[in-house]
Amino acid sequence: MTESIQGNGFAIQTFSISRKFRNFVAVDGIDLSVKEGELFSLLGPNGAGKTTAIRMLCCLLRPSSGTATIMGHDIQKDPVAVKKVIDVSPQETAIAEYLNARENLSLMGGIHGIEKELVKKRSEELLEMMGLTNRSKERVKKYSGGMKRRLSIAMALVSDPQVLFLDEPTLGLDPQSRRSVWEYIAELKGQKTIVLTTHYLEEADALADRVAIIDEGKIIALGTPRELKDSVSDMQVMVVKAKNLTFDAIEGLREIFPEVREIEDGIEIKAKEIGFFDVVDYLRPKGVIIESTSLKEVTLDDVFLQLTGKELRE
Amino acid sequence: MRFMILAKKNFKEIFLDYISLVFAIALPIVMLLILQTFGRVESFFNPTNLTPGIVVFGFAMISLSSCMTLARDRDSALLSRLLTAPLSANDFILAYSLPYVPVVIMHIVVLFGTGGLLGLEISGNAGLVLLILFVMSIGYIGLGMILGSVFTYKAVPIAWQAVNLLTIFSGAWFSLEIIGGGIQSIMNALPFAHAIGAARDVMVQGVGFSDIATDFYWVLGYTVVFVALGIFLFRRRMME
Ligand SMILES: Nc1ncnc2c1ncn2[C@@H]1O[C@H](COP(=O)(O)OP(=O)(O)O)[C@@H](O)[C@H]1O
Ligand SMILES: [Mg+2]
Repeated sequence: MTESIQGNGFAIQTFSISRKFRNFVAVDGIDLSVKEGELFSLLGPNGAGKTTAIRMLCCLLRPSSGTATIMGHDIQKDPVAVKKVIDVSPQETAIAEYLNARENLSLMGGIHGIEKELVKKRSEELLEMMGLTNRSKERVKKYSGGMKRRLSIAMALVSDPQVLFLDEPTLGLDPQSRRSVWEYIAELKGQKTIVLTTHYLEEADALADRVAIIDEGKIIALGTPRELKDSVSDMQVMVVKAKNLTFDAIEGLREIFPEVREIEDGIEIKAKEIGFFDVVDYLRPKGVIIESTSLKEVTLDDVFLQLTGKELRE
Repeated sequence: MRFMILAKKNFKEIFLDYISLVFAIALPIVMLLILQTFGRVESFFNPTNLTPGIVVFGFAMISLSSCMTLARDRDSALLSRLLTAPLSANDFILAYSLPYVPVVIMHIVVLFGTGGLLGLEISGNAGLVLLILFVMSIGYIGLGMILGSVFTYKAVPIAWQAVNLLTIFSGAWFSLEIIGGGIQSIMNALPFAHAIGAARDVMVQGVGFSDIATDFYWVLGYTVVFVALGIFLFRRRMME
């Protein structure tokens, strides 16, 4: 059976995988297929079951029922084979604080059985890529949160795994460090299969080929970011900030665009297609002074809101 | 031999986190120096009587260092990350216990060296003394594995106090006879008093193996139980 799965183009397949903690169901029958080379994101709020799912796929937690295969190897029957092809950057910054960055990287290379010279070469590249080269001989205890996080991600890359799990790689980072981590992940894209969990919708949107939205242990939506956003609404939303907006002008506009909402300092128009000049050419002759117009994009937050009635952001 | 790479990391950490090393090596020496000065008022406090107990007290300190290392790596999820590498359970168990064996040996050498300078004498077989102490030290490393697998980094020093107190009340710093009563019989049910007592008897009275055989097997039995339980609890943590 294992052979038949291998080579079907899927790096990961899960089969109704579930995990209970006592009576609490943390992961509830997930079926997923992740293609080789794909960057796949699990997006969901805190407590949705993302980490539990990742820990099962990494052979750290036993599924209560169901199973999964990684590169064709069953996670329960052949964990050793699975461990040879994966690596993971856990949600916590999992580093050896008393060692320096180089020692941390060679520890990971060593226990994966990578040859010393190759570990050295890869460490240089990774330190360079993560911007840690000039502090690589310092004990990592002294690093900033952002540096520790970057090292933690680098440690998952030394073994050059076929399948890489990144559990909330930018959790708790300042916006600038977050951007730089995104850039590193974007560089890796296409080279290996990556599963990235996050509760930042911008992260999933910016990086993922496909996104699975997870809530209360279940996958509630799956698709490319575009598909997901289109599924919520094929309507455009335009925000017009303006002065001198008269009742007449708004009523008149409603004849062209039925859904016009008054907001602070202006109006919000919702329609299948909104032509910029249709709006401007109508309002100007009525004496309205337009300060700005902008098209508002549907976000994955809207997708989540529509599916669950809850906001993704806390 | 991949466990050696992880063992090397743990060995390095013992020395980098030097506070626990200072406790494990230096504190027992200081204890020995202080306690032997009481020898002027109470004849029990001479280096020959004191050294075996304080050596065992040092083992308790070393077990603290070992359970802290394990608990720290569990807390920081470094252990999770290491567990996703293709290493076996035995590799991990060796990597988190073997690095303490050289520390134990160093501790025994340094403490007996200090005792020697203060006039310690071994009337019986020195090899027998070392054997029983060494078996006991492996038991303490097993205890470290148990505590490190069960408690968090913050809780581990508190839980370890139980090991520490049991060691002290087993006669590490004084003669168990002074305490007597119920406490003495509880301590006699545990291995620590047997290890200290047997080592003392060989050193002071020069008795042979047959006289301490019961003590020796008592210690050996507990060591096997501690190590087996440590391995069991660690394995349970590997895939929850
Ligand atoms: N070891 C555990 N014991 C009990 N409950 C757990 C355990 N691990 C996770 N949970 C619970 O399972 C749910 C999912 O957790 P988790 O997978 O960490 O979510 P996420 O990573 O999406 O934030 C949470 O409600 C969490 O409290
Ligand atoms: Mg999580």
